[in-house]
Amino acid sequence: MTKTKLIISYIILIIISLFFITPFYVTLITSFKSLNEVSIATMWNFPKHFSLEGFIGAYKKLAPNMKNSFYLTIPATIISAVLGSINGFALSKLKFKYSNLIFALILFGMFIPYQSVLFPLIRFFQKIGLYGTIHALIIIHVIYGIPITTLMFKNYYEEIPDELIEAASIDGANLYDVYTKVLLPISIPGFVVVAIWQFTNIWNEFLFAVTVTNNPAKQPITVALVNLAGSQVVEWNIQMAGALIAALPTLIVYIALGKYFIRGLLAGSVKG
Amino acid sequence: MAQVVLENIDKIYPNGFHAVKNASFTIEDKEFCVLLGPSGCGKTTTLRMIAGLEEISKGTLKIDGKVVNDVEPKDRDIAFVFQNYALYPHMTVYDNMAFGLKLRKFPKEEIDQRVKNAAKILDIAHLLDRKPKQLSGGQRQRVAVGRAIVRDPKVFLFDEPLSNLDAKLRVQMRSELKKLHHRLDATIVYVTHDQVEAMTMADKIVIMKDGVIQQIGSPYDVYFKPKNKFVAGFIGTPPMNFLEAKVVKGDGGLWISAEDLKVKIPKEFEEKLESYIDKDIIFGIRPENIHDKSIYKGEHTNDVVKGKVDVAEPLGSETLLHVTLGGQYLVAKVDPTTTAREGTEVELILEMETMHVFDKETELAVI
Repeated sequence: MTKTKLIISYIILIIISLFFITPFYVTLITSFKSLNEVSIATMWNFPKHFSLEGFIGAYKKLAPNMKNSFYLTIPATIISAVLGSINGFALSKLKFKYSNLIFALILFGMFIPYQSVLFPLIRFFQKIGLYGTIHALIIIHVIYGIPITTLMFKNYYEEIPDELIEAASIDGANLYDVYTKVLLPISIPGFVVVAIWQFTNIWNEFLFAVTVTNNPAKQPITVALVNLAGSQVVEWNIQMAGALIAALPTLIVYIALGKYFIRGLLAGSVKG
Repeated sequence: MAQVVLENIDKIYPNGFHAVKNASFTIEDKEFCVLLGPSGCGKTTTLRMIAGLEEISKGTLKIDGKVVNDVEPKDRDIAFVFQNYALYPHMTVYDNMAFGLKLRKFPKEEIDQRVKNAAKILDIAHLLDRKPKQLSGGQRQRVAVGRAIVRDPKVFLFDEPLSNLDAKLRVQMRSELKKLHHRLDATIVYVTHDQVEAMTMADKIVIMKDGVIQQIGSPYDVYFKPKNKFVAGFIGTPPMNFLEAKVVKGDGGLWISAEDLKVKIPKEFEEKLESYIDKDIIFGIRPENIHDKSIYKGEHTNDVVKGKVDVAEPLGSETLLHVTLGGQYLVAKVDPTTTAREGTEVELILEMETMHVFDKETELAVI
């Protein structure tokens, strides 16, 4: 009875996972085909000749934009994580009046839809002369990141006993010392979680990227990827290889830090 | 000279909870003062107010003659040992102990000397390179104490420092802390709910309940001269027996009387009990002042009660008899050679010179 149940559930799971893997499979095999081998009729077939034509073409077109994406994502991730950490410290460890209200207001920022602020935002950046630059995107992502990074760090710091802060303040530490010498060194798991989250979101973000940057040379990779398909003939192999290249950095971040991601998410929620 | 003076101190939390009510007492220089009471009695809050971790709602706090109500914890020249140790997890034992000195910009050589000296006193010199997570509970405790003593503060504050240790280690650390007190010649304020810790270590005990100080005195005072029923019941294991009874006039003077209980009050107490004749009182007597008549060798008169043994607990050095006495209940700590067993009748001698009487209404001690 239990064995048949197990077999049935495995079969169901395998079917579902096949369903999910299918698009990725098509992307992968198409990216290794040469352009003349790409056709609807043979889209499920393995490439007859493995070709790196797609990857080379995609890399040539996307490399500058990938650099833009790094220039955007790395600073925006670091700044929003640091700000979130400082906010989290203040909101979890310093008891001050209306701190809960302030926290609620900060969180409210998460629920403002991107679309609703788009036009005022563009006008604002035009006015201050940052429109069309990566800097503008950094500012947007830092600000949009503050609510979630604050929330994550506040939860993380709430697990740290207050006595640790009190011990430091009796030892003679001021607020700055407490943060830099006691809290920051034990925040690494928190930073890993927040960094993965922010890196992935900012790297994959499209709407702000496409509206705030108009010059193709300054656009992040997500926009450039869409623009690959701009001409009359879509070079599917290049398109698919481009998608894989664009996804690579987030994949690497997950693999490199994923272990800490799970641990960071669970830290404190499970005793011991 | 580091005297700590609390004058009419109150703590009222923003939610209206009145944690400490009008606390006034003085901790003399070099005194080991224990704040004792059940959980939630306000003892830790009082300690945290002395440390400056908790704001004082009303009243004045003086350390070394200076009012420190509005002085930051770091400027009060105190050290605090937390219940959960609160060691910095990312620092080695050495750095944990040196942290406060580094922040205060002590010269490197002096930091090194002080840390090594403290480590030697506490027998943790071989652990200086380890991180807290590599230490046992007892070792962490020593590091927490070490972090306090390197600073050489005016006042040491301990918040239930032994409660996380196992029983054997607790006894050992208890005597070590006492030795340390003599060695450092320091003023210590120590919070605990363990009356044995209080009795063994304190010069002065401050007993609190529901935010109110019940009694301040030496261990001897609080044990032999409790001011009220709460103190009498809180200090001592097993706790003092309380029996509802009446003071009555009878043969040759005053007697304590209740169902199955009629014992003569010694002459020296009679005067104080005059006004209680024919009134309800609470009669108190400690288990160790009750003896099994069949094996008692001393002289006695008019002090025997007869009851039925509910439970007999042999502890080796003595036997605890739980006895019912006319609907009331009594524990006697008797000699282990007793033949009394569960279900048997037993005759007990009450040492009436050690008796206590409490007013039934106010629960204050009359004797």
